[in-house]
Amino acid sequence: MRRKSISYAKWGYIFTAPFFIAFFVFNLIPLVSTMYNSFFENYLVLGTTQVGPNWVGLKNYSDLFAGADLGKFFLNTLILQMLGFIPQIFFSLLFASWFTDLRLKLKTGAYKIIFYMPNVIMAAAMGMLFFTLFSQSGPINSVYQSITGAESPYMFFDHVWTTRGIISLINFLMWYGNTTIMLMAAINGIDPSLYESAQIDGANPTQTFWKITIPLIRPILVYVLITSLIGGLQMFDVPQIVTNGGDALDRSSMTIVMYLNKHLYSKNYGMAGALSVLLFIVAGILSMLIFMLNRDSTATKKKKRKGGKK
Amino acid sequence: MAAPIDAVGAKSNSQQILVRRIVCYVVLTLFAILSLFPFVMLIINMTKPSGDIQKGFSLVPGGFLWKNFKTVINNSDWKMLNSLKNSLIISGLTAFLSTYFSALTAYAIHVYDFKLRKPMFTFILMIMMVPTQVSALGFVKLMRSFGLLDSFIPLIVPAIAAPATFFFMKQYMESSLPLDIVEAARIDGSGEFRTFNSLILPILKPAIAVQAIFTFVSSWNNYFIPALLLSDKNKRTLPIVIAIIRSADYAKFDMGAVYMAIGVSIIPVAIVYLILSKFIIRGIALGAVKG
Repeated sequence: MRRKSISYAKWGYIFTAPFFIAFFVFNLIPLVSTMYNSFFENYLVLGTTQVGPNWVGLKNYSDLFAGADLGKFFLNTLILQMLGFIPQIFFSLLFASWFTDLRLKLKTGAYKIIFYMPNVIMAAAMGMLFFTLFSQSGPINSVYQSITGAESPYMFFDHVWTTRGIISLINFLMWYGNTTIMLMAAINGIDPSLYESAQIDGANPTQTFWKITIPLIRPILVYVLITSLIGGLQMFDVPQIVTNGGDALDRSSMTIVMYLNKHLYSKNYGMAGALSVLLFIVAGILSMLIFMLNRDSTATKKKKRKGGKK
Repeated sequence: MAAPIDAVGAKSNSQQILVRRIVCYVVLTLFAILSLFPFVMLIINMTKPSGDIQKGFSLVPGGFLWKNFKTVINNSDWKMLNSLKNSLIISGLTAFLSTYFSALTAYAIHVYDFKLRKPMFTFILMIMMVPTQVSALGFVKLMRSFGLLDSFIPLIVPAIAAPATFFFMKQYMESSLPLDIVEAARIDGSGEFRTFNSLILPILKPAIAVQAIFTFVSSWNNYFIPALLLSDKNKRTLPIVIAIIRSADYAKFDMGAVYMAIGVSIIPVAIVYLILSKFIIRGIALGAVKG
């Protein structure tokens, strides 16, 4: 149903221009420049003497892969991420299925508000808060000492796994509310008559959960998994603040982006560039998965809609 | 709908549900306490002098709230009030630019028929998930060559290109912006730009509000990029001050002031959140049902 004479196409270009100009200047040029920098030797010795920039080809990449650091920090990132994500997806699924259970009829408003709240709090401040709470003279230790009668406080940040645990606890608290609400929205989208008929057939809550809920929200579950992997890949604020830069304890809580930040800070641009490109590739692969997922689900939705019209 | 169930069966069924409900409420309440307790400890310790805090934790608040607050705002290293102001300016303008231009871009792709429409949409979807950190190196170098280190411009203007906000707006338009309105405005002789500003924007108000809140919060909390760009004491944002407090010699600090500094950066957002929470939570759910 095209209107005849006047074409409005030019407005399409005018209105989208600011977006694409801003993207070009502030994202695309920097991205290309980052990639370009990754082929140069360019760093400061002792913070003063500049070396480079000299073209070195792929040397930064081979250095990065030859050293043990890259693998170690990727592993750290994955450990911190999974320690938070596994309980997060477990409890979010549990709470989402409770909140949407027609038979339980729970009052959920206040819980949703409380569970989501840590998500809006500044991650740096959350890190600082938990560092203070778990510190030598912090409230957690005073409670711990008065319960166990221990004479000296427990030094949470002198141990690898308690440090990692606290970082993951913060990540868990910040994200489980968000995931719960997303999964609730997905479950609410399921046709309620499926649950009703299952109930009439005598299915118990565990059965309806595994046989109806899980298969039908699988696309959203995959979406949550991949977005949280991309988010985890970027983990920075919390571990950076909790460990004050991550050098302590043999850098056992240093993430990939903390490592990148170190290179950027010390103006080691060649290595920072190579690391950025690696990060870009991994994030790119994960994004492609989401993109394909989105496209597939829109395609099936459209097909369904067309089928329904007949 | 009273199905003929025998009395015993119905009773045991309702008892079972009662038990399940109690279990649910107990577990949920435990998690609510877990989520809130850190903030309770924060608020209580904000009201105490350093000496009392070191002695051990108790739930009884002290009378040092105002004194701690004054210590924090008078600390010339932290410049807390100034950083608070900087954070407010940056986050406010970021939220404005990001929502306005995302709506404009989404509107163009929703309403106009032009050659690059589809490719543009696909392109934005593809870049939606690319982390900002991967181009940080080039970004910092470029801003240095523009002479924009220690300026707020690099923290505000890039918000014009916000793919996630765009996507949300586009979704919203698909569900609640009929194209007939645009046609009617044209017949009335309204220009395209005026139609968008005076007719379309008001319709998008709910979506704009939700996205403005999210953008404001994420800019307020942003630490990675500002820390690379801002080195002038007077230009710092709140997360940078938090990092400075963390990295300084911790043992020498007035602990009441440390808690107060954390509180100053947390509590304004928490209050705004609590006021708008119903709205925000609906917004997240809206974003989720895209699958």
